[in-house]
Amino acid sequence: MVTSVTNLSRSGLSDWIIQRVSAVLLAAYTLCILGNLLMNPDLDYQSWRALFDSNVMRVFSLITLAALCAHAWIGMWIVSTDYMTSLQFGKAATFIRLIFQVGIVLIVAVYLIWGIQIFWGN
Amino acid sequence: MLVSIYRYNPETDDKPAMQDIEVEIPAGKDLMVLDVLALAKEKDPSVAYRRSCREGVCGSDGMNINGTNGLACITPISEAVKPGQKLVLRPLPGLPVIRDLVVDLAIFYKQFEKVKPFLINDEPAPAIERLQSPEDRAKLDGLYECILCACCSTNCPSFWWNPDKFIGPAGLLQAYRFLADSRDTAAAERLADLDDPFSVFRCRGIMNCVAVCPKGLNPTRAIGHIRSMLISQGT
Repeated sequence: MVTSVTNLSRSGLSDWIIQRVSAVLLAAYTLCILGNLLMNPDLDYQSWRALFDSNVMRVFSLITLAALCAHAWIGMWIVSTDYMTSLQFGKAATFIRLIFQVGIVLIVAVYLIWGIQIFWGN
Repeated sequence: MLVSIYRYNPETDDKPAMQDIEVEIPAGKDLMVLDVLALAKEKDPSVAYRRSCREGVCGSDGMNINGTNGLACITPISEAVKPGQKLVLRPLPGLPVIRDLVVDLAIFYKQFEKVKPFLINDEPAPAIERLQSPEDRAKLDGLYECILCACCSTNCPSFWWNPDKFIGPAGLLQAYRFLADSRDTAAAERLADLDDPFSVFRCRGIMNCVAVCPKGLNPTRAIGHIRSMLISQGT
């Protein structure tokens, strides 16, 4: 058992499932938005706004945003633990990796809060 | 035939170098890479490599042959080299070189040790032996044949990046060999030991291990089975 404390869920299995489920959600949301754009070729601001004012779309958007944040955290964490190790950076690796991981989590948090503000704010 | 061999002695050399040795192949014969290496060693006796059974059973002579890991003793040169090309021999990638084609496999064995590659059974031992049905025995086919040559693990980028944390295809194949054994009673503990982001889940399923296994085994499938067992236990 390898201990890790900066990945999203602490568990390898849980991270793996979250990554796959969030990928499906992101694909579904992309198809939904693309389908909407294709079905409304003469889209204007009013209808675009009406789409995102509906509760269904707001809930779907928020869930997708959460999925995107989780997906990004897990993915970038994996990238950092693959390519920011002592093999590449020597003794400074732990410091560089931790700074990168904290930075990613902060960016994810900012996007999440900002997104909630956009979808659910006035 | 021209053979290009990786030469490095960490005690005396600053950096590794490739040495070209011209070897005469007997006409009309398709030698194994190990035989060619023996002919090269006749020309330069300082070339170091491991070998033992010379028939693909001991797993000693795993090396990188023209870019692909394999056992030198069962890889014919007709398969390894295209006509007109030279034979390029390097050590298994990603492990510390002790000398020339000899690598330090300590970390590979450490990962193997982690999966407790032995039968655990806390039930009282029967008078004669623990019986197994032919069906249960058949589940071990494709798993027990591994000879630990390290060709698969050293061909896996996840193992290159995290050899101390990712168990690697060879170790995981053995992990599943005991998870699948009807006589083993420690499946829950074995699975609990594997549920971290590195041990199993660093496998990205690129199947380099399957492509190079000299015994034709499929570690990726075994890793998939471990994942399924983790999912059924953890959800």
